[in-house]
Amino acid sequence: MPTTYLEAIRQGIWEEMERDPNVFCIGEDIGVYGGAFKVTAGMLEAFGEKRVVDTPISESAIVGAAIGASLMGLRPIAEMQYADFISCAFDQVVNFAAKCRYRWNAPVPIVVRAPSGGGTHGGPFHSQSPEAWFVHTPGLKVVMPGTARDAKGLIKAAIRDNDPVIFFEHKALYRRLKEEIPEGDYTVPIGKARVFREGKDLSIITYGAMLYVAQEAAETLEKEGVSTEIIDMRTLLPIDEETVLASVKKTSRAILLHEATLTGGFGAEIAARIAEKAFEYLDAPIARVAAPDTPIPFSTPLEQAFFPNADKVLEKARWLCAY
Amino acid sequence: MAAVDSLNLSRVSRKSEEAPDPDAELARKALYYMFLMREVEERIEKRLYRQGKIVGGVYVGRGQEAICVGAGLAADPQDVLFPCHRDMALYFIRGIQPREVLAQYMGRVGGPTRGKDGNMHMGDLNRRIVAIISAMAASVPVSAGAAMALKYQGSRNCVLVFFGDGATSRGDFHEGINMAAVMKAPLVLICNNNAYAYSTPVHKQMACANVADKGPGYGVPAEIVDGNDFFAVHRATARAIAHAREGLGPYLIECKTFRMTGHAAHDSAFYVPKHLFEEWAAKDPILRLERHMIENGIATREEIDAMYARIRAEVDEAQAWAEQSPFPDPSELLTNVYEEK
Ligand SMILES: Cc1ncc(C[n+]2csc(CCOP(=O)(O)OP(=O)(O)O)c2C)c(N)n1
Repeated sequence: MPTTYLEAIRQGIWEEMERDPNVFCIGEDIGVYGGAFKVTAGMLEAFGEKRVVDTPISESAIVGAAIGASLMGLRPIAEMQYADFISCAFDQVVNFAAKCRYRWNAPVPIVVRAPSGGGTHGGPFHSQSPEAWFVHTPGLKVVMPGTARDAKGLIKAAIRDNDPVIFFEHKALYRRLKEEIPEGDYTVPIGKARVFREGKDLSIITYGAMLYVAQEAAETLEKEGVSTEIIDMRTLLPIDEETVLASVKKTSRAILLHEATLTGGFGAEIAARIAEKAFEYLDAPIARVAAPDTPIPFSTPLEQAFFPNADKVLEKARWLCAY
Repeated sequence: MAAVDSLNLSRVSRKSEEAPDPDAELARKALYYMFLMREVEERIEKRLYRQGKIVGGVYVGRGQEAICVGAGLAADPQDVLFPCHRDMALYFIRGIQPREVLAQYMGRVGGPTRGKDGNMHMGDLNRRIVAIISAMAASVPVSAGAAMALKYQGSRNCVLVFFGDGATSRGDFHEGINMAAVMKAPLVLICNNNAYAYSTPVHKQMACANVADKGPGYGVPAEIVDGNDFFAVHRATARAIAHAREGLGPYLIECKTFRMTGHAAHDSAFYVPKHLFEEWAAKDPILRLERHMIENGIATREEIDAMYARIRAEVDEAQAWAEQSPFPDPSELLTNVYEEK
């Protein structure tokens, strides 16, 4: 059945709640209201207040409480109303959750769901893509599905994972993306990228909503005689270096594309790895397409200028192919 | 089980025909743990640290031992503990050995974290004891979540979380106590108000007179106790635990005490007026408990001294063991960042 990205996440959580009585949801306005984006709609009625816990506006305590509950053997799914507010819980995520196993062998099996990304006129505080902060934190896993199929499979894998997982959901995909997904129970492994589109002349390495920008660019490039491969990272930490390097060794050209700002972004890390481990395969410099180093503006023309688009990708792609 | 041996010896020394007096038993146990903590911390601070065998931060609870021992002995073994950095005896009460604690401070594999972390940053889920992180008050929301989980699981147990006066200025204290209150989570919050947070006196930390004043604003009952009186802390904790077990939600206890050292071993406490140390030395919790025991015929001076001698010997042995414990192999650096399958 055609299923939206949002519904896929909801199904995944729902099935895990049915499968394991230790799984519960905690966050702001997730019960009666069903969550700001309705990801948990209907869960309060189905599972009750005990397992769908509405909280005060306390991001640090939401993540902290999830950590504490996980140490007692439960499997909490904490919702940040917007990924932008995860900064209020930063210490709990990067210092408490990420380091317990390493320090004293205590697993922290939590999932922190964070609706991220822009293009929804959200302005500076409802549009951000803060994944790189967490990619810089050993002990965390960072996931960002770009398809409905992966959204369901990855949320289920995240809930079953015995390490803390930060699960970024792209807000713009929630209802816009609708596709066939497998019936029933399946998981998608954390830590594995996927070839989203096969090609031989150029690799675009990306994730989340930028997959579709890459795809649009790839279709234009196809007409220009350039065959583009798109790698969907799906998991940003741990990094699936193998899939990236295999693609770049085949195509000899790489563009790193992300919606988050350029400097210190995920693309920089991938660029460094390609330069270190596949330098001799390259026919052109490694290129990045990312948002400029500014806060995310509100007004429509400014917002449009901020986000990467197919034209910006095409410009870099043509440069690489002509190099 | 060296720790428990010395304790048993002190019991055997009592006249066997008398029915055991529960208060006397409790006092003996308390004195044992308080003195053990002081002895281990003395070794750490005054010997091993100065000899360069311990690198890194050393924070001790000298003069505050009645708080962790009073609260720790009031808790059921299945209640969950979140110690702070001046609560060493909680580990001993839960069966972690002095030799393991000493090895932890020296960064040896014999410590509970095998050298991955130092000083009081240790925990053991089998013993229901959760490791702090350095960020003050970060344990408070986590302990609230542990308490919510106990309720979720239908357990009758509760959670005890420990922190200093300075920690109550942090957002995590406020988010955590509020969350626990809203959820009616079985959480006992125990503040050691030792008058200073590093160099900052309490009146520069907060504009209210007492940490306990912060409870009612969250709908949390709070009380102030003499933190140097073992029995006062023990009774208050028992009340708080009963409150939590009845499903009435969190309870805040402020233990008034004094930090008898600098903030850490590197700190001379030059900013603390000398007379305060003298005044508080007279209120030392170990001396007070000794006096109570002698005056009430629970133990003689000789029996107490004999117990101290046994503890010192036990700590000698523990120290020797810890110094023999190997350093971790550098290959362990990369282990256990994630689950290893
Ligand atoms: C968030 C945070 N800021 C600063 C520090 C540095 N620091 C360590 S202990 C301490 C004072 C703590 O005072 P208090 O909570 O009263 O506990 P005490 O040491 O007096 O027992 C400070 C400032 C820290 N550990 N965490």
